[in-house]
Amino acid sequence: MATQHATELIESAARARDAMDDGLRGERMIINMGPSHPSTHGVLRLVLELDGEEIVNVWPDIGYLHRGDEKIAENITYTQFIPYTDRLDYIAPFANNVAYAYAVEKLCGIDVPTRCQYIRVICAELARISSHLLSTGCFGMDVGAMTVFLYTFREREKIHDLCELICGARFTTSYTRVGGLANDVPADLLPMLRKFLKEFPATLDEVDKLLTRNKIFIERTREIGVLTKTDAIDLGVTGPILRGSGVEWDIRKAHPYGGYENFNFDIPVGTVGDCFDRYLVRMEEMRQSVRILQQAADNMPGGPWNSSDAKILLPKKKAVLTKMEELIHQFINVTEGINAPPGEVYFSAENPKGELGFYIISKGGGAPHRLKIRAPSFVNLQAVPVISRGHMISDLVAILASIDFVMGECDR
Amino acid sequence: MIPRETVGKLRARFGDAIQNHVEFRGEVTVSVAREKIAGICGFLKTECGFDMLTDLAGVDNYGDDPRYEVDYLLYSFAHKSRLRLKVGLPEDDMVVDSVTSVWRGADWHEREAFDMFGIRFCGHPNLKRILMWDGYPHHPLRKDFPLAGIPAELPETAIDAGKVERAPMLGGPFVPTIGTRSSVLREPRQVDTVVENIERLKNPKKKEQV
Repeated sequence: MATQHATELIESAARARDAMDDGLRGERMIINMGPSHPSTHGVLRLVLELDGEEIVNVWPDIGYLHRGDEKIAENITYTQFIPYTDRLDYIAPFANNVAYAYAVEKLCGIDVPTRCQYIRVICAELARISSHLLSTGCFGMDVGAMTVFLYTFREREKIHDLCELICGARFTTSYTRVGGLANDVPADLLPMLRKFLKEFPATLDEVDKLLTRNKIFIERTREIGVLTKTDAIDLGVTGPILRGSGVEWDIRKAHPYGGYENFNFDIPVGTVGDCFDRYLVRMEEMRQSVRILQQAADNMPGGPWNSSDAKILLPKKKAVLTKMEELIHQFINVTEGINAPPGEVYFSAENPKGELGFYIISKGGGAPHRLKIRAPSFVNLQAVPVISRGHMISDLVAILASIDFVMGECDR
Repeated sequence: MIPRETVGKLRARFGDAIQNHVEFRGEVTVSVAREKIAGICGFLKTECGFDMLTDLAGVDNYGDDPRYEVDYLLYSFAHKSRLRLKVGLPEDDMVVDSVTSVWRGADWHEREAFDMFGIRFCGHPNLKRILMWDGYPHHPLRKDFPLAGIPAELPETAIDAGKVERAPMLGGPFVPTIGTRSSVLREPRQVDTVVENIERLKNPKKKEQV
């Protein structure tokens, strides 16, 4: 009796297995996601190969926002390219301006005054907070936590007010110049910045309460899209994704630039490398940025805010109209641009999304021979196929949100 | 200084394949023989700790010989240092070995160099255009490509080309056609309201009176 029962069980199992092999495992389906899809934040298109709802493979298809920035850069002067850098990572234009200015300054061998460095630090950190706020807000919204978005965008609005105070534009800032800044910051920036730094941590705590111990959010992000340390380095990903995977590497610490060595801050790292870790890293980075901003506001030095080299920056308008030498400098600077030495430099800054690098090949003269933009989003998106295999489509939404890419810099 | 030591190591290991090295603003650039690039990259990764490929850039030195070059920007987490490799490619033979087997992250970078300059990477698993569309006839970052661009035909959409089926609209499963039963009856989502709905559909006037 028992033997007969066992035989029946084995037969039934075999039938089930055959059925799985034949029909139930089913045909693979290729479907299209994007380029206009709410969770592909911009114009990313993904081609998904699905087995049921499970992702077998993903092929990101990029290039929908390709505007030929690198080609344009070869045909205009270094200064003229600054507005184009706004449109790379358009969530954090300040940070791009700063990185580009330092890259050209490295090529030309220019040092900027300490006040300029401090102002640039303020700009870059405001941009970081702004970018991470958008990232966190959209992450919440993508996985169904709508409220967070409203909280974070209220704070972003305040950052835009500060941007407007600094340079007159809320979004496309074009604030830095090679060798300095477009203008000094107004006197009422620091009080307003302090007010923001006082209010902002309270909102951050609210966001923290809404998400960090939110059961639904945790279920949607824990153990989803795990990127191991080795994979992260092999793929070349940087920024919060690399740190989320447990690599303690931040260019501001590893290769301090622009006076970051004078600031005290910590680098948060994750342990697992899943979507939740990447979220936690961004939350902590905002807190660290607040620390940096606090120090910058407290220790902001006076003095000049621009390089004194007249061959780099435009002279004062009054002097241009009354003196011969300044008129010549103005004329040469505007028509021919900065006379950069021949050579090759690579400068990278820790941007909100990761390592934004400018590789400039100069053959001398006012325009680069080649300007290669190492966009963090371009590299980071390569991780999507690696970490989303085997997950559900709805997990892909969380993975994309945790990668936090911007197609403007990905496609350039 | 690590990059200089590395150049010494490379010379000891590869000899003539290491052509020359320049230093500018503290950055070391090493020109290497094109045939040895994959081997050199593998050696740098395993023996010298350059575990990340930061960037890969194609360059067009129009008028020079060799006309094209590929620049590899390497990074070492252990030594916190950067190193740049350079290979030259003549115009009539724009092929170089792929380094995707050394760093997986090289994949998209090499596709971009192929797309923008037409440089072919031997051994690349999926060498096709990445920023421009498949079938685009030019390589835009070449110096002889004009800034204003060259008019090119846009590709057919997949639907026009007959590669995919159009989603069924009229007569399909999601769109009710005229004369079929109403969606309330076809898809009764709320069981407790179905009967009520049927009643209302049958006797619309009666419902209004209530």
